[in-house]
Amino acid sequence: MATVQVSEAEKVYILHGIRDDLRVDGRGCEDYRHMEIETDVVSNTDGSAKVTLGHTAVLVGIKADIGKPRPLVPNEGYLEFFVDCSANATPEFEGRGGEELGTELSNTLYKVFNNKHSVDLKSLCICPGEHCWVLYVDVLLLQCDGNLYDAISIAIKAALFNTKIPRVRISTDEEGGKEIELSDDPYDCMRLNVENVPCIVTLCKVGHRHVVDATLQEKACSVASLIISVTHKGTVTCTRKVGGGSLDSESIFEMTELHHSCFTLSESIHLLSRPGSGWSSTST
Amino acid sequence: MAGLELLSDQGYRLDGRKATELRKVQARMGVFAQADGSAYLEQGNTKALAVVYGPHEMRGSRSRTLHDRALINCQYSMATFSTAERKRRPHGDRKSTEMSLHLKQTFEAAVMTQLYPRSQIDIYVKILQSDGGNYSTCVNAATLAVIDAGIPMRDYVCACTVGFVDETPLADLCYAEESGGVSSLALALLPRGGQIALLQMDARLHQDHLETLIEAAMTACKGVSKVLDEVVRQHLQEVSVLTGE
Repeated sequence: MATVQVSEAEKVYILHGIRDDLRVDGRGCEDYRHMEIETDVVSNTDGSAKVTLGHTAVLVGIKADIGKPRPLVPNEGYLEFFVDCSANATPEFEGRGGEELGTELSNTLYKVFNNKHSVDLKSLCICPGEHCWVLYVDVLLLQCDGNLYDAISIAIKAALFNTKIPRVRISTDEEGGKEIELSDDPYDCMRLNVENVPCIVTLCKVGHRHVVDATLQEKACSVASLIISVTHKGTVTCTRKVGGGSLDSESIFEMTELHHSCFTLSESIHLLSRPGSGWSSTST
Repeated sequence: MAGLELLSDQGYRLDGRKATELRKVQARMGVFAQADGSAYLEQGNTKALAVVYGPHEMRGSRSRTLHDRALINCQYSMATFSTAERKRRPHGDRKSTEMSLHLKQTFEAAVMTQLYPRSQIDIYVKILQSDGGNYSTCVNAATLAVIDAGIPMRDYVCACTVGFVDETPLADLCYAEESGGVSSLALALLPRGGQIALLQMDARLHQDHLETLIEAAMTACKGVSKVLDEVVRQHLQEVSVLTGE
């Protein structure tokens, strides 16, 4: 992630504060920053969402395209992720600087969504073995102030909720070849069921305590973090430890307990969506 | 698009505008708190986000330091979902590199770089939605962002893309007009002195029409500069109300 320089005195200050459940901006260890979610921001995509979590801003655009299904699963569509760490976020991402972080983020997203329950891939099938819908999920990082995984997962969930896939009709022409017709009515579309789309919760170990939604400064003081992606029913789809330090097993169990209390966030996310008007804000 | 006229007999274009009419320009400054200056600008359906970092110490290669002025570093990129066909690489292809160089050239003419020797100013522009006139939207957004960063400039830099159809110059082309075989010319202007910062055209045009086209472009740019001026003044008013002056 983009790094900030934190002096030793600042680190000690942050550590002591967190030990007493008081972070630099006044939050407790389990509190998220102010979050704003807005959908339908980019009009020429099939679904889009913008999430602002404190100073972190993420924009997701989804485009649906017709493609050939994967050979092993001929009656399912699939999702393709691409994370673009743009230079807007920090000058370190200029040119190819943001590629490493972008690849790491998109690989994690593939792992998070790599199961049968998150998105109903069978509903993306048009013609088994020949045509299916491919959803290209493009994540654009606008501002970076820590906690990218959470913001990205919330934005993807909101964008998938907002996605409208046009209905198709398959007809056979005279030679027996298949023709796909998209319906002309812009409102005749299929929406996705995003109930089981997981949200990622990141916990950073700072000192002996664990904090949710760490800013860049707190991340600089932390040893390591654990990310868990969890659905609103409590199913865990992916767990990962990131960071250079090492965690012992008790920490990991404690963190998992804490994750349970934080996953109510993912329950409230999909209830909130309202067509935005440009960049005017709607807050949660 | 066969059968659709770029300019109808009554003088209306594909989106209902007249030949000299610009698209609606909406802009906001100071959209990001972390950058030194930022602006978001919409020109019709083309949306651009510009962010400025600087002036700061030279990053990367120290050998590029200029001893008497600041180095301007631009990057132009497009979001992968900005065009109708999904773009695979946001930047790094030839078109983006060329645009970045044009932006650098444009702003070197306008920013007072002699005030910041041995330093670097970064201007990053991202196109969120593309509907023609990408270069002009970028320049307009970047002007606002540079002003938001407090970097002194000689004048606003306003840009517009104009095209020539049926003996008439069309101001502010949209994507359908640009790809419909119109000879298009992009112009970046410093309005007060009428100085041209960048002029680019790569289509066939008879030299008799060149002067009319440039005149039309300059008029359109002056129109854009009025809008940008209005946006800056309004932003200043809002900010001064908030700081209690």
